[in-house]
Amino acid sequence: MKRQFPLIIIFSLGLFMVVQYFVPHEKSEFFYEFIALDWPPIIGAFALMLGVISLTRVSITKIKRKKEAWGYSIVTLIGLFTMSAVGVVGYHYPPLTRAFNWNFNNIMIPISATMFSLLAFFIASAAYRAFRARSVLATILLVAAIIVMMRFFPLGPLTSVVGRASDWILNVPNLAAKRAILIGVGLGIVSTAMKVILGIERSYLGKD
Amino acid sequence: MAENNSRKNIFERMFAIDRRWVYGFLMLAVVLSVIAKPIIPIPISREARSIYDFMNSLNSGDYIHLAMDYDPSTLAELHPMTRAVLKQCFEKKIKVIITALHQNGPGMAAAAIDTACQRHFELTGYRPESGKDWVFLGYKPYPILIILGMGQNYRIPFPNDYYNVPLDSLPMMNGIRNYQNVKAVINISATSATDWWITYGNGRYQVPLAIGVTGVMATDYYPYLQTGQIFGILGGLQGAAEYETLVGTPGKAVEGMSVQVVGHSIIIIFIIIGNIGYFATRKKSKLGL
Amino acid sequence: MDFGTAISNTVAALLTLCIFSFLYKDNPFYKFAEHLVVGVSAGYWVSILYINVVIPNIWQKLTAGKWWYVIPTILGVLMWTRIVKRWSWISRYPLAFYLGIVTGVAIPLEMQTKVLEQIFGTVQSFAALHNSSTDFWAGFNTVVVVIGIITSLVYFFFSKEHKGATGSVAKVGIWTLMIGFGASFGYTVMARISLLIERIQFLVNDWLPGLFG
Repeated sequence: MKRQFPLIIIFSLGLFMVVQYFVPHEKSEFFYEFIALDWPPIIGAFALMLGVISLTRVSITKIKRKKEAWGYSIVTLIGLFTMSAVGVVGYHYPPLTRAFNWNFNNIMIPISATMFSLLAFFIASAAYRAFRARSVLATILLVAAIIVMMRFFPLGPLTSVVGRASDWILNVPNLAAKRAILIGVGLGIVSTAMKVILGIERSYLGKD
Repeated sequence: MAENNSRKNIFERMFAIDRRWVYGFLMLAVVLSVIAKPIIPIPISREARSIYDFMNSLNSGDYIHLAMDYDPSTLAELHPMTRAVLKQCFEKKIKVIITALHQNGPGMAAAAIDTACQRHFELTGYRPESGKDWVFLGYKPYPILIILGMGQNYRIPFPNDYYNVPLDSLPMMNGIRNYQNVKAVINISATSATDWWITYGNGRYQVPLAIGVTGVMATDYYPYLQTGQIFGILGGLQGAAEYETLVGTPGKAVEGMSVQVVGHSIIIIFIIIGNIGYFATRKKSKLGL
Repeated sequence: MDFGTAISNTVAALLTLCIFSFLYKDNPFYKFAEHLVVGVSAGYWVSILYINVVIPNIWQKLTAGKWWYVIPTILGVLMWTRIVKRWSWISRYPLAFYLGIVTGVAIPLEMQTKVLEQIFGTVQSFAALHNSSTDFWAGFNTVVVVIGIITSLVYFFFSKEHKGATGSVAKVGIWTLMIGFGASFGYTVMARISLLIERIQFLVNDWLPGLFG
């Protein structure tokens, strides 16, 4: 029953949800609204907590065994416990909410935003060293990219020409390419979902 | 021969420079541009204008749902969109139901609402109130099921708002049950939440949907625009600048677009130089030099 | 700018510069900021889940007499058995509950949204060609779109070797795909540079003026 029962659950629930979409009977709507849609977010909260628990365990192990750069794990744990404390306690003791918001606005936001801004430099370096028109296809890609990048450049009389070329690229060949990919993705999602429901795809069960 | 060797060395030398010089060059260019604050005209795309015209066609007291599904790492592109949409809603007295279905997003969303309310107060003397002019529902896990749940009844996933006030006690939620009571959903997102809104929100409940997404994602949604599954796209910082221009409050996005011209020019120049060097080096090696 | 805001902006700016220092080379300041944000983000999740889920969806419902909410709570707690290898098989049950629901709702809606509506949109626009009010460029664009979609789909059909007629059709498909990827690349460059611009705007327009009065 360690593997069979979950497969039975998935099959019955999956089949029920497919049928419910086409046959929204009152009783199936009741199950849909009050169980299928209402319970999983509660389970999800505990699932997300798993990540936090795992992070805590890994950090504590690193500190205990004095692994390389273990000192930074102390920083991680201090950040984790401080933020959790001001958030959870702050709900019951509102003056602490200011500390919670301060941490979010002055620690999380600047660091998260700056981390992603580093990508601008990497793209500049890649443009200089790696983006080569080695073949016809690469040339097509680069020309299309340059036209789209220039769509808002103030180029005097050429502004409207580049703008219209860019619009054409986005609304015609780009649309065609992305639609083909979308159809493929849609078929892939449907087939994977069917494989999961029918028990053909079982990787989520893990190993015994 | 010596001349050819030295020309070959120039290109090799150029591409062998430490990448930190490239980083420094880009950083300097952006800093100088931000200080100089150049202004460029912002052309308005059809995709952005259709969202603006739709919002303009709404009446005072109509409801829209603003889904802010992004986190701090993408606030550069998406926050200006949120601010512009909220400004338009408060000006037209459109009631806004707001959700933030990204786990790092609720705090940022609450701050954005607070800023928008403060700006409206500075302009008009009236500060939009929670429960009366807007309601912020907050975050719940598993966005697909939350989107489906709100389509049945907002109270299924959100019995209370973000501030833990029961939804039934909020005046503006009287008679508001699900998407049938809102005129549209404006989804501003940096994640797969946009796909889920299109598939589960518009797909199941046919709620009119417009999207504001990062530049990385924008080109992927033109097929949906053509079929009418979405009625508008705001793409990246450009989309944000277009909407700021349309609502009449040029802000960080419009300022940023001017700097974008510099950034893009640098990237294009790098690509061109790189390719000149590549073809020159290839020609030389073909000639056996 | 008041003193409190100046201090807050300075903390934010210093952390921003810690991350930017990575561009020179990996260093303790960068590592410190990186580990700090990981911890603070995890702590933020804990708080948000407590305030937005545990209190309204579990605690308030149980205390209001809706005892059946103990079932999803138990299922949620069973997810934590994943941590202990010996009992991790128990976590399959709540996982199966969630997966069954999500895969079930996905099948009809993904099929409808990503496949049927897209095909319908293509056929509809192609069918409108014979309408006399369609202008030349709209008609031309529609033909290009339809050819692009069909050839791109042929390119992705790997069960038949791309030789001869199939190869030629697939070649047109890959050209179309490259234009699409070029457009994506152009927008991606804009996206990346915008993130940098916002940080520099913060440092130059918000932090420095507050620091120097």
